[in-house]
Amino acid sequence: MIGFSLETVLYVGAIGLVAIGAVGLVMSNHLFRMVLALVIAEAGVNLLLVLAGFRGDAVAPILTGPEASAVMVDPVPQVLVLTAIVIGVGVQALAVGVLLRVYRAYGTLDVRELRLRMELDIAESAGIEPPGSQHAPAGERPLPPAGAPAEEVKS
Amino acid sequence: MRNLASLLFTAGLAFLLLVIASQLDFGNPPMRVGEAILSEAPAEVGAANIVTAVLLGYRGFDTLGELSILFAAATAVGMVLGRRRADAPHDPPGGFILSAGADLLFPLLLVVGLYVVVHGHLTPGGGFQGGVILAAAFFVAVLARPERSLNHMAISLIEGLSGASFILIGLWALVEDGAFLQPLLGRGTMGELLSAGTLPLLSAAVGLKVGSELAGLMAHLSDTEASDG
Repeated sequence: MIGFSLETVLYVGAIGLVAIGAVGLVMSNHLFRMVLALVIAEAGVNLLLVLAGFRGDAVAPILTGPEASAVMVDPVPQVLVLTAIVIGVGVQALAVGVLLRVYRAYGTLDVRELRLRMELDIAESAGIEPPGSQHAPAGERPLPPAGAPAEEVKS
Repeated sequence: MRNLASLLFTAGLAFLLLVIASQLDFGNPPMRVGEAILSEAPAEVGAANIVTAVLLGYRGFDTLGELSILFAAATAVGMVLGRRRADAPHDPPGGFILSAGADLLFPLLLVVGLYVVVHGHLTPGGGFQGGVILAAAFFVAVLARPERSLNHMAISLIEGLSGASFILIGLWALVEDGAFLQPLLGRGTMGELLSAGTLPLLSAAVGLKVGSELAGLMAHLSDTEASDG
């Protein structure tokens, strides 16, 4: 395994950003936080790409004279990242635009709340009964088990 | 349960990436394409900034694809958010400090953005970076004074013209030299402003397109009515 060096710090940082973004994407319940998690994961991927072209004691690929005076880093990953950043901004703007519409339509960005309200909306426009859910079960409330304290049943 | 599963998934993903990273020879990448480009680009394209030479010379067609992705995103935002009503209320203005700062920043950002776009083939920078700085000038203006919205017609006109000129330069090269987006007009002396053939023209087209695209995105987002009320 890699030792604790500059290399480790750079790789752990980049991969850590990807991991944080993935966790945030899966575990958050708020749509805007998901967009932010996507931004973080994207930063990590861009860092990984730039790291792929890193070379020890090399300079940026810009010529200062007619001939290359020093060893240069790989220019191809830099070009990829350069465009990926701008494309990322465009995609984030589109995501925020969609979120604005969602907020105007349903008044919330919480995923669980949204699912509930969308189900009600769909049932209403289809003219059917709203489906039962864990939060509002259909039919009568089941009787509490005998002997259970009243406070527990209420909560 | 779901949280545990996602944590396990992420730990596995990070472990896999780390193992791959640890197998690589750090600081000594196998750059076959990179070496070839570094040795041939100065004579072939004549741009001092090799990143720009790759972006607009060797991968010009990919850049066109990326511009079209950006165009699709901007169009989709316009479609999703729709047009605002004429009588819809605006956000409150940003106050004296913000608007005075915006007035100061606007010309500076324009100059810096144009400089970065025009010198894309000589110094770090180019169409994409300069275009974002140009768009930032308009972001600041819109954020400070929400009641003075940008002219959507002018923005889409600049956007369409710059995109069309990028394709036209490419087609011109196709007629002249037999390859789409082949650099034309000779290489010139490296390090001068008018060198590297059509690269500065392409860079300016990309800069204007990215700048107007992002400014249009911001204009759409800020023009959106906060609520339906």
